[in-house]
Amino acid sequence: MGRYIARRLLETIPLMLIISIFVFMFIHLIPGDPARTLAGVEATPEEIEAIREEFGLNDPLLKQYADYMIGLFKGDMGRSLKSNIPVTELIWSRFQFTIQLVCAGLVWAPFLGIFIGVMCAIKRGTWVDLGGMFLAICGLSAPGFWLGLMGIQFFSVKMGMLPSAGLESWKSLVLPSLVMGTGIMATLARYSRSSMLETLREDYVRTARAKGQKESIVMFRHAFKNSLIQVVTILGLQIGGLLSGSVITENIFSIPGMGRLLVDSISFRDYPVIQGLLMIFALQYVLINLVVDVLYGVINPKIRLD
Amino acid sequence: MPNTQNEQVKTDTSFEENYIDENVSVKTNKTKEFIKKFMKRKTAVAAFFVMCFLLLMALFGPSLAPYAPEAYDYDNILAGPSASHLFGTDQYGRDIFSRILAGTPLTLGVSLSSVIVGAALGTVLGLLAGYYGGWIEMLVMRGADVLFSFPDILLAIAIVALLGPGIVNVFIAVAVFTVPSFARIMRSATLAVKGSLYVEVARSLGCKDGRILFVHIFPGTLQSLIVNFTMRIGSAIMAASSLSFLGFGANIADPEWGAMLSLGRSYLSTAPHMVYLPGLVIFITVLAFNLFGDGLRDTLDPKIK
Repeated sequence: MGRYIARRLLETIPLMLIISIFVFMFIHLIPGDPARTLAGVEATPEEIEAIREEFGLNDPLLKQYADYMIGLFKGDMGRSLKSNIPVTELIWSRFQFTIQLVCAGLVWAPFLGIFIGVMCAIKRGTWVDLGGMFLAICGLSAPGFWLGLMGIQFFSVKMGMLPSAGLESWKSLVLPSLVMGTGIMATLARYSRSSMLETLREDYVRTARAKGQKESIVMFRHAFKNSLIQVVTILGLQIGGLLSGSVITENIFSIPGMGRLLVDSISFRDYPVIQGLLMIFALQYVLINLVVDVLYGVINPKIRLD
Repeated sequence: MPNTQNEQVKTDTSFEENYIDENVSVKTNKTKEFIKKFMKRKTAVAAFFVMCFLLLMALFGPSLAPYAPEAYDYDNILAGPSASHLFGTDQYGRDIFSRILAGTPLTLGVSLSSVIVGAALGTVLGLLAGYYGGWIEMLVMRGADVLFSFPDILLAIAIVALLGPGIVNVFIAVAVFTVPSFARIMRSATLAVKGSLYVEVARSLGCKDGRILFVHIFPGTLQSLIVNFTMRIGSAIMAASSLSFLGFGANIADPEWGAMLSLGRSYLSTAPHMVYLPGLVIFITVLAFNLFGDGLRDTLDPKIK
């Protein structure tokens, strides 16, 4: 198992390096002169030159990349052009809000999704199956911003039950959690159903039935447990997807998380912050995938031997 | 001798004709079988009709709209749905139904064209990666890995951050984030077809790589391409509307569906129809494409349910 984890960790390093080059090149890919764009339209030539010096844009590209990487390892991602606060500090102050949102989505959505999927597989071809799968595809097709705004209109404006913005109490997490979790619930419902149906066709399930096992034991001990292997992979990818969902959710509910910071930074053309956020989002996504791969290895020993 | 040659030629020609006839009839049978199977999936058929309706709306909607999308009516500001304004009016008294009709070509056009461009690029890259392997495969697949490291809309946002807001940049952003999924799927499909006997035969007959790739391998990967294409349109509509909603896409004054919804959020308590109805149209559109994609996938490859 140790070797498997070490191998997966080593495989992640080249990917992270390529991502770091991609994120580093971000400023250089800005059409036109990046220093002029960073300095603003009304900047004087002196101010543009100062920006060029500050960002090391006069240095050779390789040196710039080396400096960027050294900075990254020291936790230095530069300073925000808007507030002059270190980017790392700025992102860290917003991190907890995004994590709260991700957790709020994960509290209910995977469980409900898997439950719906399994029930649909067990009751295949019935109204339960049809209804469950229709609900799932509706969940996948409903835009998060629409769901969020409808939730605010109904639960906050009309009923006055839940707050429409901020993150002051658990109540203010209910609507954002609904928006964050709908997609993951829908995706997991679809995958759990197909994974469960596939498992139900396996020989060991037939053998368990032939042995005269109770149907509930066949379903949950033999089929359900094994069907979870595929679902774990999808869950990992979905958690990564939740991070992107936070961009929309935080904007609808005015939550000062990383997604909101990203949108604000783009509007202000605060490139160091955009660069830092892209790096953090990618790092989180890769790490989550790594954890999922390791978990996959724990659940399914065959993977470790490949 | 010449007679024998002529006979030989005649025989060859008749063989070819028969072969072509057989091929055509096999293809017709397959198409018939596909249509028969697809027609059994009622939700997918319904989704297909909704899709056709939406495409017709994109073509003729703007000319059928009861009002001009920019026609201001200050006597009817924020009016709810009524007989004269089916979907109500906005803060300038503009008819929302007419704006939705006028915005259909914009919303669908951006999403469809970006998926077409992304799919074409991804397909070529996937075919090349799967066929040649080696460093080409490494380059394409690592590139796809990097793009996959930025979840869905984040990549599109990053591209818009780079190029600046605007509907053209949304088109580029959505096209770019569509590329890796096609590259991956087409690479796997190419690998599966590459070892087939008919590809071996084509190679041993001296066919050039380009011909083998696009005439022999590509048709074998069409199923995966079509299914993924339909599935991606829904995500593209969602991504493009999300970007417009965030203010990175269409101009806020344009009748793009996401931008209309974004405008409506300020009037949520007084005129919720400004949010409900454009959102409902986006939902129905994405749902139709997703249901159609599901039906197509189940018909073409019932194993992957």
